[in-house]
Order: sequence, then structure tokens, then C-alpha cells
Amino acid sequence: MARRERLLYLLMLPAGIVFAAFFLVPLGQLFLIGGGGKEGWAAYGAIVTNRNYFNSLVSTTLLSTGVTVATLAISGVSGVFLTRNRFRGHAALVAMLTLPLAFPGVVIGFMVIMLGGRQGVIGDIAHWLTGERLVFAYSMAGLFVGYIYFSIPRTILTVMAAAEKLDPKVEEAARSLGAGPLRVVKDVIVPGLKPALLSAGAICFATSMGAFGTAFTLATRINVLPVTIYGVFTDQANIAAAAALSFVLGVLTWAVLAIARTAAGSTVAAAG
Amino acid sequence: MTRRGPAFWCLLGFTLCVCAFLIVPVGMSMLAGVTVNYQAGIESGFTLRWVGQVWDGYSDTIFRSIGIALACLACTLVLGVPAAYVLARKQSGLARAIEELLVMPVAIPGLATALALIVTYNTLGNFRTSWTFILVGHVLFTLPFMVRSVIAVMGAIDMKTLEEGAASLGAGFAQRFFGVVLPNCRSGILAGSLMVVTLSMGEFNMTWLLHTPLTKTLPVGLADAYASLRLEVGSAYTLVFFVMIVPLLIGIQVFARPVELGARTARP
Repeated sequence: MARRERLLYLLMLPAGIVFAAFFLVPLGQLFLIGGGGKEGWAAYGAIVTNRNYFNSLVSTTLLSTGVTVATLAISGVSGVFLTRNRFRGHAALVAMLTLPLAFPGVVIGFMVIMLGGRQGVIGDIAHWLTGERLVFAYSMAGLFVGYIYFSIPRTILTVMAAAEKLDPKVEEAARSLGAGPLRVVKDVIVPGLKPALLSAGAICFATSMGAFGTAFTLATRINVLPVTIYGVFTDQANIAAAAALSFVLGVLTWAVLAIARTAAGSTVAAAG
Repeated sequence: MTRRGPAFWCLLGFTLCVCAFLIVPVGMSMLAGVTVNYQAGIESGFTLRWVGQVWDGYSDTIFRSIGIALACLACTLVLGVPAAYVLARKQSGLARAIEELLVMPVAIPGLATALALIVTYNTLGNFRTSWTFILVGHVLFTLPFMVRSVIAVMGAIDMKTLEEGAASLGAGFAQRFFGVVLPNCRSGILAGSLMVVTLSMGEFNMTWLLHTPLTKTLPVGLADAYASLRLEVGSAYTLVFFVMIVPLLIGIQVFARPVELGARTARP
């Protein structure tokens, strides 16, 4: 028996060695280098004390919060609707809504350009309606649209999975007791979906905080943290500052996911 | 639920709008990739010129991405499936902590992982300039998806009883692992494999920092094309990418339980 137990751990060894050598050790190294620059360990406080970095942190947080709220609202409505109603084309609609699940950020940036770029379809529609072209892709608004685009598919899946488990009888009871539709949503559906919304929201928030590809495609001037870090690393070649900032960002996104997982009380896989 | 009032049609309309928001740009970029002049519209005619231009300029990135994705799949299979087996069997606090640790490369931004790899291995021989440097990043990022999807399947079947049955018939460990364990979790391995290949083909956040001019991957080439070439060429390149990735995504929808997927996907 003891030999079998030892054998079991032996099976984990290759993964453990690779993980330690290429993730744990480099992460430790990143931490040390972050504190080894001109400013020393104060570099870890720079995200708050340096005005540029702090502005970047604030705008990234605001953007991510906005994206999370909008995504939860949109996916919540559509997800519950799709769970409660079956109709012709239902499966196809769900398939289309979840197709962009694993599109990379650069491609999503390009999708935003197709929508709101200089030759974008929304610009065409606005031009046709008002006579003026609407170009929003190359700014914070474009980033907002891109992150929503990215977050909707997986949030809808999470909401649908949770809504499937809600008991429609509770809603019927509330209705028969005289609750209006809004009251049912507020007092029955939203509390029932709370754990799912919390975990989906945390993933959405953490993803938006750390995303790089979409911002990179749209414009490198958008002031969000990953772009700022990239600039510090390449343009200023300030490796210590870049290391410290990215380490702090990593701790931040990881903590958001960990807190939400504890709060939601379920073992939801992390993704960032 | 069967009576369809105005609320139903409102919500259906809303959901269709969301769907259009997601799908219309995909269709438009595919169309733009084969249109002579996108600004002039499809009246300007269709052409494969842009696709040809992409092929001439970027075919190496396509083959490199396929190569890295397959190598990444091989690594995650060899490393991930045995690890998942141990974690599923143990189910102790330690096993959960290890699982949590394995997921970290997905939870923290790719930028941070890439920087960590660069500051550590920058000076190690030719490693920095080799395609294996990118492979390492991709393996870290995709390994949790393989491990989790295999654990999910192992948790759903009574592996212990199956194994004990085989053991009582005299099967050794290797025979049990390859003859009983692996065949029983092939659905999880398949779902995990599709996810790994899809994510590796599309990985950009890390790869952008890890690549060198001689080790460009498809998404790196895409970013290049978006920044410097005309819209039609960028679209044609995206079209090529979609042709490669959409079958994989459909495979994921068919073979993986969507419920599990919601929580574990990539980042933009």
C-alpha cells in the first residue's frame, strides 16, 4: 500500500518539476528583481505613489468595474431567458452566443474595429441615421466594448448553468402571492443566481484588469495597467519597475478570484 | 411558460441583438478578407488576392503556431493526465492546494508570467530565441485546462472500484493505468485536448513578449498585420485564423460540457 502511495506521487513529479522550474522560480525571481531596482523595495509601492501608475490603476479598475456590471446585466438577462424558454433555433442561438469563447484578445480588438473603427458597421449605421460617423474603437470606449464582447460568452454559460438549477416553483409561489415581475427578479431570481454572478463577475473583473491583446490592437495609448507595464518594460527599459508592477497586478487579479471563490462558496475554476 | 407575451418577444429581441453584436463582426471580417475593396463594398467584387498575400507573408507563423500547439498538447498530455489522476485519487487538502497552484498561470496576467520567464531565462544559451521558449509559456497556461477536464471526468466515474476490479484480476499498475484509467477518461482528455490546442493557437498576451522576430506565431502576425497592413489583409489573415479555430471551438461545444467551460477559458 505504501509503495503504491509513493508511486502515485511519482506520477506528479514531471508536472511538478516543470511547474517549479518555469513558474515558481521565475515568479520568485520576478519578485526579487522588482525590489532590486534603483528605488529598491519602494518599487512595490509605486503603483500608489507614482502618479502615472496610480492613474493607470484607477482607470483600469473603473473600466473593469464597468465591464463587469454591464456583462452581468446583459448575460444575466439573456442567460435566464435562454434557460426558461425553448424555441426553434434555441440551440443554434446558444451556440452562436458562446462561439467567441476562446477568441484571443488581438482578434477581439479587430472585431471592435469592424464594429466601431473608421470603416466600422456601427459607424455606417450612425452615418445613415444622423449623417455623422461614429468612431469609438480606438479609445477607452472601444476597450469597454471589446471586454464585454470577450466576457459575454462565458458569463452566459455560467448564468445558464446556475439558472438551470433554480426551482421555478419558488417564482410561481412569489407570483401567486402577488409579486410583480420586477419583484420576482429582485427577490427570487437574483438571490438565487448570486453565487454564479459573483464568480462570473470576479472572472470578468480579473480578466479585464490583466488583458493586454485587445488594448494592444486598438491603440497602445490607452492608459490601462497592462499597457502601462508594457511601456515601462519596452520603452523605458525599466525592468525592475515593470517586474514590480506586474507582480502587484498578478497578486491583485489572483486575490480577486480567490476572494470571490470563497464568497461564492463553491469550487469555481479560476480564469484570468 | 408556453404563453408568449410581449415580455418573451422583448427578451428574444434583446438576446438576438447580443448575438448580432458577437457574430456580425465575425462575418464582416470574413467578408472583408475576400473583398477587393472593403470601403467600396462587395460590389467591388471578390478576390483571393489578400489571402494569397497573407500566405506569402505569414505562412511560417501559421505552421509555427500549429507546431507549437501540437507540442503543447503532447506536453500537457504527458504532464497533465498523470497529475490529474493523482489529484483526483487523493482529494486531500494538499491535492486541492496543488490544484490551486497549477491554476495560477491562468489567474495572473500573461504579461506577468512572460516577464517572469524573461528575467529568469534571458541569458540561458539559445533558449530565449528558440520556439521552445514560447512553448514553455503555453504549457503553463494550458496545463490547468487539461488537468481540470480530466479531474472532472474522473470525479464522475467510480475509478477506484474499476481499478480494484482490475487489480483483483491481476492487472499491474501500468496495465490498469493504460487499460482502465485512460480509456475511461477519454472524454475528459478529448475536451481538454481541444481546449489546449485552441488556447495555444490563440495565445497572445505571453507570446508577444516571449517571441523573437524569428519565432512569430499566428496571433503575433495578426497584431503585426492589424497595425501595419490594409484592413483587407488583416481581415484575410483573421479569416485564415477563423478557418483554423472555429472547427476547434465547435468541437469544444460538442465534446465538453458547456457548464464546465463557463468558468475556465482564456483571457483577451
